Amino acid sequence: MVGEAKRQATEDRLGALTLPEGGGWLGAARKDALDRLRAVGLPGRRDEYWRYTDPRPLNAPEPEGAAEAAGDDPFAGIDGFVITVDGDAVIVPDGAPEGLEVDTLRHAAGADIHWAREIYGTREAAGSRPVSRPFGMLNTAFATDGVLLRAKGKVARPVHIRYAPGTDPILHHVVKIEAGATLTLLESGTPGNRGNTALEAEIAEDGALHHLRIQDPDPKRHVNTHFFAALSARSVLKSFTLSAQGAFVRNEGTIDLTGDEGSATIAGAAFGRGDFHHDDTVFVTHDAVDCESRQVFKKVLRDGATGVFQGKILVKEGAQKTDGYQISQSLLLDDDSVFLAKPELEIYADDVACSHGSTTGAIDETALFYLRSRGVSKRDATDLLVLSFLAEALEEIDDEALREHVNDCLAGWLSTH
Amino acid sequence: MLKIENLHVKLEEEDKQILKGIDLQVPYGEVHAIMGPNGSGKSTLSYVLSGRDGYEVTEGSAALEGEDLLDLEPEERAAAGLFLAFQYPVEIPGVGNMTFLRTAVNAQRKARGQEELSAGDFLKLVREKAKTLKIDAEMLKRPVNVGFSGGEKKRNEILQMAMLEPKMCIMDETDSGLDVDAMKLVAEGVNALRGPDRGFLVITHYQRLLDHIRPDVVHIMSDGRIVKSGGPELALEVETNGYGDILNEVA
Repeated sequence: MVGEAKRQATEDRLGALTLPEGGGWLGAARKDALDRLRAVGLPGRRDEYWRYTDPRPLNAPEPEGAAEAAGDDPFAGIDGFVITVDGDAVIVPDGAPEGLEVDTLRHAAGADIHWAREIYGTREAAGSRPVSRPFGMLNTAFATDGVLLRAKGKVARPVHIRYAPGTDPILHHVVKIEAGATLTLLESGTPGNRGNTALEAEIAEDGALHHLRIQDPDPKRHVNTHFFAALSARSVLKSFTLSAQGAFVRNEGTIDLTGDEGSATIAGAAFGRGDFHHDDTVFVTHDAVDCESRQVFKKVLRDGATGVFQGKILVKEGAQKTDGYQISQSLLLDDDSVFLAKPELEIYADDVACSHGSTTGAIDETALFYLRSRGVSKRDATDLLVLSFLAEALEEIDDEALREHVNDCLAGWLSTH
Repeated sequence: MLKIENLHVKLEEEDKQILKGIDLQVPYGEVHAIMGPNGSGKSTLSYVLSGRDGYEVTEGSAALEGEDLLDLEPEERAAAGLFLAFQYPVEIPGVGNMTFLRTAVNAQRKARGQEELSAGDFLKLVREKAKTLKIDAEMLKRPVNVGFSGGEKKRNEILQMAMLEPKMCIMDETDSGLDVDAMKLVAEGVNALRGPDRGFLVITHYQRLLDHIRPDVVHIMSDGRIVKSGGPELALEVETNGYGDILNEVA
C-alpha cells in the first residue's frame, strides 16, 4: 500500500516522462514494469535501503544541471568493439566480433520474436524481490534504447559501451551468454546529467561474463545503475567498477546464483572528494548448491565525501556448500568524510561458509612517514597509499592487462584529481 | 657533516623529555655508532633527525652541511641527503618495490633540480645495485616489503640507500631480527657504500654488527644524553661488561 505523499511523488515523476511508443513484446514489458512501480512507489528516506542515500535527486521530475561534455576514453588503447550511446540512442558500428550478435532495444522493439524478450524486465522483476528496485522498474518502463548482446561462443574482442552524456537518459541493456560462451563487457563514461542505466544478464551453463566498468572522473555525475544477473550451473560472473568522482552515484547489483557450482564476483573501487556521494548496494542470492560469491568494495573518501555500502548475502534453503564472502572497506583521508556500511547475511542452509567484514580507517602514519623519508612528497605518498589500499579490490579483475590498465587510470587520476 | 648541538626533545602528546642535550658531530667519511640500553633515546634521535611526527624539539639544533634539518619536512630532509634505514621497514601492499624506488629516486632528483631518470636508465641502475645485495628480479617486482623475510627487508633498506645515494645514513637497529648470514650481507652492502663523501650513524644494541661495520667512533647513550665516546674498543667493553660499568663510571 503506497501512502498518498509517495503516490503523488511517483505520479509527479511519471508525469514528466513519456512512455516510448510501440506495443508488441516490449510494450507489454513496459506496462508490467509501470504497474509494478506504481504498486511500490518511488523510494523515500524511510525506506530500508534508502536511509543512507537520499533518493531526492532521482525522484525529482527534472534533473539538476545540464549535460557535460564527454571526457577522454579511459579504455583508449584497449582494442574493443566500441558501441556508442549518444544520450538516449545507441549507435552500433559494423563489424561485430565473431560469436556475438548485437542489436539495439529500439530496433528489437519492432520485432515479433526476439531473444531479448525472455530477459527484458524478467531479471529486473526477479531482482525486485524481496527488495524492490523502483528505479529499475522505472528503467524497464521508460528506457529509450539499450544494447542487446548475445554471445554464442567465446568472443575474443571485448565489447565497449561508451557513453556520451545526454539529458536524463534511461538506458536498458540485455546480455545473454549462451552455454559455454564468454564475453568481456566494458562500460565507460557518464550517461548524462542524470543517468539511469540497467543491465540484465543471463549466463547459461559454463558461460562467463566479465564486466568492467569505469565511471571516469566527472564531479557532476548523477547516476543510478542497476545490474541484474542470473547465473546457471558452472557459470562465472566477474564484475568490477572503478568510480572516480561523481556527485551522486548509486550502483546496485542483484546477483542470483540459480545453478550449481556457479561463481559470482562483484567488486568496486571508488574515490572522491567534496560532495561525492557513492553508494554500492548489492544483493547476492544463493539458490543452488556449491556456489561461490564474493563482494569486495573499497572506497577512498576526502573533503567531506560520503561512501555507502549495503551488501547482502542470502542463502536459500537447500543452497548447501555455499561459499559467500563480503568485505567493504573505506579509507577516510580526513575527519569530514563518512562511510556508512550495512553488511547483511541471511542464511537458511546449514552447511555453508559465509563471512563478512567492514572496516573504516585513516591513512597509516607510519607508512606515510616511511615514504616521505625516502623523499616522496606528502601528496604523492598519500596517493601511493591510496593505490595500495585499493589494490586489493583491483585484484578482483581477472585479466591482467585490463587490471594494469585500470591501475594506470587510477594512478593518473589520483595525481590530477 | 651532521652536527647536533644541545638537542632537547620531548614527546608531543605527553610531558616526557626523551633527549636531554645531545651533542654529536659526524663528519663525512666516518662511521659513528651509538650504543645504549633500552629507553636511552637512540631511536628517538633517529626519528627526530628524519622528521617523524610526535616529537617536539624544545632546545638545540641539528644541521646537515650547515642546513638546519629541524625545520624541514621529512621529504626535504631526504632531498638534503639524509637517509634513515628503519628498524621495522613498512609493508606497502599493492605498490611494487620498483615503482616505489623509482618514485623515490625521481622525487629526490626533482627536488635537487636534476632530470628524472628514464625508465631504461633506472632499470639498469637498480639491477646493478640489487645484484650486489642478492636481491632478485622477483623481489623487485613484489609489493614493498610484503612477504619479505627479516633479512630481505633490511637488504631492501640498503638497496634504497644505494639508489638514493644519501650523504648521511642513519641506521636504526639494522641488526635486529637478522641471523649472522643476513647481517653479513647487509654489512657488506653498507661497507660498499662507505666513502669520503658519506657519513654513517649506526644505532645498535649489540656489538656484533660492529664486527662487520667497523666504526670510527663509538658513543654510549643513556637517559637522553651521550655519556661517553671513544674508539671501537668502547663497543668491545660494552660487549664484555654490559652497560652497567660504563654508566656507573660516568654517574
